[in-house]
Amino acid sequence: MTLGLVLALAAGTYAMRAAGPLLRGRLRVSERGRWLLSVAAVTLLAAFVAVSACYESGSFAGWPRVIGVLVGGVLAWRRAPFVVVVLVAAGVTAGLRAL
Amino acid sequence: MRSPKRTDRASDTARLLPAVASMALALVVVGASLGAIAVSSGAPLWLVTVMAALVFAGGSEFLVVGLATAGAAPLTVLLGGWLLNARHLPYGLAMGDVLDGGLGRRLLGSHLLVDEAVAFALAESEPRRRRRAYWVAGTTLYAVWAPSVLLGGLLGRGLGDPQLFGLDAALPAGLLTLVLPAVRDRPTARAVLLGCLLAVLTVPLLDEGLAVLVALLGTAAALLPVPGARRGAYVSEGEAV
Repeated sequence: MTLGLVLALAAGTYAMRAAGPLLRGRLRVSERGRWLLSVAAVTLLAAFVAVSACYESGSFAGWPRVIGVLVGGVLAWRRAPFVVVVLVAAGVTAGLRAL
Repeated sequence: MRSPKRTDRASDTARLLPAVASMALALVVVGASLGAIAVSSGAPLWLVTVMAALVFAGGSEFLVVGLATAGAAPLTVLLGGWLLNARHLPYGLAMGDVLDGGLGRRLLGSHLLVDEAVAFALAESEPRRRRRAYWVAGTTLYAVWAPSVLLGGLLGRGLGDPQLFGLDAALPAGLLTLVLPAVRDRPTARAVLLGCLLAVLTVPLLDEGLAVLVALLGTAAALLPVPGARRGAYVSEGEAV
């Protein structure tokens, strides 16, 4: 692990982050286009959640985590407060692992 | 939660605070475990802290620490990290309305573009609140990330396992809480379901970062007319909540 590697990763990541906001400053996007971009972002975020709930560095993360996140999801759907969702998800996962 | 227009910035922030604070707390523990893992696997702590401040994307930082200290070729590590962070490009396009204003604001705000900040923004439907949620979440999470990595490295091995206390489930669950209110209409729900399915199924075949990008194909499901669905049911910028 070297400073060069860190700087290259940082530069690439920042370029990908800034590209969108800088482009959007120049482009006119239609109402429908904006809606579609927002659907794409929600989809991407949800997929990120699904993948990080199910996998740990490329292999199945185990049922405790999956069940913990699912229980959290049900609570969130029933409009439980954010803090409660996070604590219950962690608690369920830790509890299942302790069994 | 739809209070009249008179809400000011301060009350917007106060409303966000409990959720942002608990997300930040979860990130502190994750950051601390990254620092502890890095130190115990022989990476220099200053370098890991610099990386936390400059890269500010947890998944890719774990990847770098894990792969680089295991002796993987730097180019492999770099490509893996870039790929994992490629989702920030479409995030950035969608956050264009949030990151408006001068060039300085755009450049600064871009660095705060992480999954959590995007999720806080998307959970709001009104543009002003969206902007507020993005900046409050982004700056708070940025402020805690690098210091917790440093702290974890200083405190050492005792913190090395993020799976302790089930914390590995806390972050996805927190993000999920923010994603659900952003699914405002049926086309979005279809896109989300198809996207998640595609991503989860392709992880064993592809790199994890790439599998998440495959989910973008799910967006097409939002455009398709579905048999049985009434025509004209398409809601743009649905405010039906």
